[in-house]
Amino acid sequence: MRTITYEEIKNTVAELCIKSCNHLGEDVFQKLKSSVHTEKSPVGVDILKQLVKNALIAAADEIPICQDCGLAVVFAEVGQDVHIEGSFTDAVNDGVIQGYADGYLRKSTCTVLARENYGNNAPAILHTKLVPGENIKLTVAPKGGGAENMSALKMFPPAAGRTGIIDFVVETVCQAGPNPCPPIVLGIGLGGNFEMAPLLAKEALLLEIGEKNDDPTFAAMEEEILNRCNRLGIGPGGLGGSTTVLAVHIKDAPCHIASLPCAVNINCHAARHRTKVI
Amino acid sequence: MSEVILTPPLKDADLKKLRIGDTVYITGTIYTARDAAHKRLCDLLAEGGELPFELKGQIIYYAGPAPAKPGAVIGSIGPTSSYRMDAYAPMLMAKAGLKGMIGKGKRNEAVKAAIAKHCAVYFGATGGAAALLSKRVKQAEVILYPELGPEAVRRLQVENFPVTVINDVYGGDLYEEALKAYQEI
Ligand code: SF4
Repeated sequence: MRTITYEEIKNTVAELCIKSCNHLGEDVFQKLKSSVHTEKSPVGVDILKQLVKNALIAAADEIPICQDCGLAVVFAEVGQDVHIEGSFTDAVNDGVIQGYADGYLRKSTCTVLARENYGNNAPAILHTKLVPGENIKLTVAPKGGGAENMSALKMFPPAAGRTGIIDFVVETVCQAGPNPCPPIVLGIGLGGNFEMAPLLAKEALLLEIGEKNDDPTFAAMEEEILNRCNRLGIGPGGLGGSTTVLAVHIKDAPCHIASLPCAVNINCHAARHRTKVI
Repeated sequence: MSEVILTPPLKDADLKKLRIGDTVYITGTIYTARDAAHKRLCDLLAEGGELPFELKGQIIYYAGPAPAKPGAVIGSIGPTSSYRMDAYAPMLMAKAGLKGMIGKGKRNEAVKAAIAKHCAVYFGATGGAAALLSKRVKQAEVILYPELGPEAVRRLQVENFPVTVINDVYGGDLYEEALKAYQEI
């Protein structure tokens, strides 16, 4: 049994909020850089160069890559041999409040209908899993509204199969067009049920850019979706081109014999997440 | 496609020269407003009231910046998705003389028709290039609805703020043309 304090959890979450908002992950950064050489449209090349420059300025000045610092989505893997002093949920939320205040990050949480801003970006959207061990793995993945609003869930009948899923994903990207700040990253959740598929899709966004699915069937689907989306012509910023999607990641889970849930979570090029184990 | 420098208030003659795909550098005063501020402004107009600031010939930037760090003019400030303002934009063009909008993403048919009718323009700024764009903002002050936080109305002084013409007075739509030019299906 190991004790982890409220303070340690809070401070770690705060640090991860700031780092994830100000520093684009190396994988996304490298992918944007290499896309400059493969993009077919001159305007698209210019937009990609702006995004590379933007990431460099944000890191150097310690300011957010994007003004939309998102809702703070927090994934926690809590070792079952950990003793937590105080409320874990409160520690995470206080970490978000501290990180968004100290980091001069934009606060975007508000009430549903009156639209009143809470002013501190709490509460986090917290997903907690119990795992073996005596550590806590914390991941903060700030998620902006623009790309989140273009995401979709469909409860397919099993007959839809591989083709139905691929068509749905490509159609979702096509409909989103320039809105989610392309080039985008696609997290796809297949299976589970109505609430699980979107969570799988969100988790898929945490994978390293370009990481292939272990299952060759899913890996081939990822490849096909990527290629079809990049032939849509949307391009960087939606101004036309061949770089619409940077990566496609599928995560699957067993589902009911009657259903085939498919969730598509779109992430913008500001695909942010940071992890730390305490 | 050409490069143009514009300073608000925008004149019809300037707007008629713009074509989709043109790069425009804006220098001068622009205003930020998002959904919440738009709703309030349109409610005022619907009641027959006056707007608390002059929008005639002006440009609204759909943006809610991150807070400024000590010593900085403003925090990161990129465009937000414009379709959320589609419900309000035609009224601001018709009743308040709004001439320009800066945002990202598609507009609906009503907005495009209003742009043609009232001789206006919709510009796109690069979504997510918020740190980069913040460097073009030289002064910023909250002038209205401070309680809205990031959604307050701000008056910005910008220098060479880079935008692209997405919808022009001739009904052109750059997003649609770009798709046609690059799709391979
Ligand atoms: S979609 Fe992403 S890059 Fe675009 S404004 Fe929102 S958070 Fe920023």
